Amino acid sequence: MNEQVIKMLLEGIKDTLYMTLGSVIIGYIIGLPLGILLYVTGKAGLNPNRFIYRVVDFICNIIRSIPFLILLILLIPFTRMIVGKSYGSTATIVPLVICSAPYIARVVEAALNEVDTGVIEAAKAMGANSFQIVVKVLLVEARTSLISGFTITTGILLGYSAMSGTVGGGGLGDIAVRYGYYRWQTDIMIITVVLLIVIFQIIQMIGTRIATGLDRRKRKGN
Amino acid sequence: MSVIDIRNLTKKYEVEGNTVVALDNINLSIEKGDVYGIIGMSGAGKSTLVRSINYLEKPTEGSILIDGVNLSELSARKLRKMRSGIGMIFQGFNLLEQKNVIGNVCFPLELIGVSKKEASKRARELLKLVKLEDKERAYPSQLSGGQKQRVAIARALATNPRILLCDEATSALDPQTTASILKLLKEINESLGITIVVITHQMSVVEKICGKVAIIDGGKLVESGVVEDIFASPKSDAAKELISGNDIRYTPVKQMAAQDTIRIVFRDNSAYEPVLANAILKLGHPINILKANTQNIGGKAVGEMILGLPSDERVSKEITEYFREAGLTVTEGIINE
Repeated sequence: MNEQVIKMLLEGIKDTLYMTLGSVIIGYIIGLPLGILLYVTGKAGLNPNRFIYRVVDFICNIIRSIPFLILLILLIPFTRMIVGKSYGSTATIVPLVICSAPYIARVVEAALNEVDTGVIEAAKAMGANSFQIVVKVLLVEARTSLISGFTITTGILLGYSAMSGTVGGGGLGDIAVRYGYYRWQTDIMIITVVLLIVIFQIIQMIGTRIATGLDRRKRKGN
Repeated sequence: MSVIDIRNLTKKYEVEGNTVVALDNINLSIEKGDVYGIIGMSGAGKSTLVRSINYLEKPTEGSILIDGVNLSELSARKLRKMRSGIGMIFQGFNLLEQKNVIGNVCFPLELIGVSKKEASKRARELLKLVKLEDKERAYPSQLSGGQKQRVAIARALATNPRILLCDEATSALDPQTTASILKLLKEINESLGITIVVITHQMSVVEKICGKVAIIDGGKLVESGVVEDIFASPKSDAAKELISGNDIRYTPVKQMAAQDTIRIVFRDNSAYEPVLANAILKLGHPINILKANTQNIGGKAVGEMILGLPSDERVSKEITEYFREAGLTVTEGIINE
């Protein structure tokens, strides 16, 4: 394997991580507040509001029901408007964010729903306002499931970023398609796949470690 | 002025188009320093009642006055401030699982903006009060039920509340732990002068710590007053049921009902005199003891007996009269349909 290929693969890893982490971070900037909004306005939430819930719920379902590859193509004009071009790793972040934000909102909503309502009631009885309940009770008590959700989302976005390689998205997926599919260089394709698996495993391992490390519920003994 | 004044409190829920009346025109005054029991069977509405006191449940009609302040007239912000002056503990403890013991006790102080250092200092005092000073770094999952409730009590007391609401606080605990938690609550009431409202379905809890009691049945307040008086002569079916521990309304005992039954209550010194033996010796009629029980209420021996009398009306009247003269409280037996 020559130096050029190694350089290309390193570049691919960098691009893949850039797309995955970039989209998961921006996705959470949008999805986390949306998830909190879903929880707060939901039936058993702090301020049930059927109208807001239905609207957000509807939008989330619509976007989530569109296959990512279709969304990628559908969003090309929008991506061009925001980034200035429709190819490359930065451009790929746009559809990745649009695709992940509703998913993240759902994951966050589910994590918050797991928090014992008794604890929320206790906080209310202590005079906590809704903001304090969200920040000091819900997000703290649900942190383990939130981190698990974050890990799962990152894994999915890693896969989707590779998929975007088919339309010139850059990263390891792009390399796999260009060399493995168009040029029949199976060895390079296998290497990219192995690299993707390794990256996925590392993300999963770090996520699980942090989640269990922060969980105070199951610790035994004194 | 009462610390807690509940006036014409009614709470209705809409459940699938039907209106359910959870509380029906409740009137109750709780004075400063009282340990007030609110007792009822499950579903009677007692939890809704206690949750109305700090406005976790908004009344449909009527009002709640805390130190003369009508809660319905408070802004959301002032209501939250009022709540931070009312401590509350729960059956399920409701501790923050991801915070350690001291973090939990500091939490209400953190909410009102007390500095970390000051909050920790106050939390340590309280942990000493509930005898958990060596557990401040432990997490709730490492504690027993009794210890968790002690943490919850310390947390409820952190803001120096005037009132402590206990919603079935001992129902998830074994009898021994229950006794120690009740003892702690009594101590807190005596040393800090905090008014305590105790919601329970167990008469034994009321007997141990409450001075006064209100009985809730089917959303209505059926009886209220000094515990000793209610125990001696319960008027409502619900009270009789709670005291005897039997479901008198739904499980009539036919054999026993065939006889004339009376309930006698011993108070003060009469518990030490062999009144029953004397009655049998003096009157020469057989008396059947169907049930007997003696309890220590507020340091006094109070006992009750359910007696089956001979079916001859003249004889049973004679016996009843004898007991009355001996200073016992005699009421109709509760084992009936």
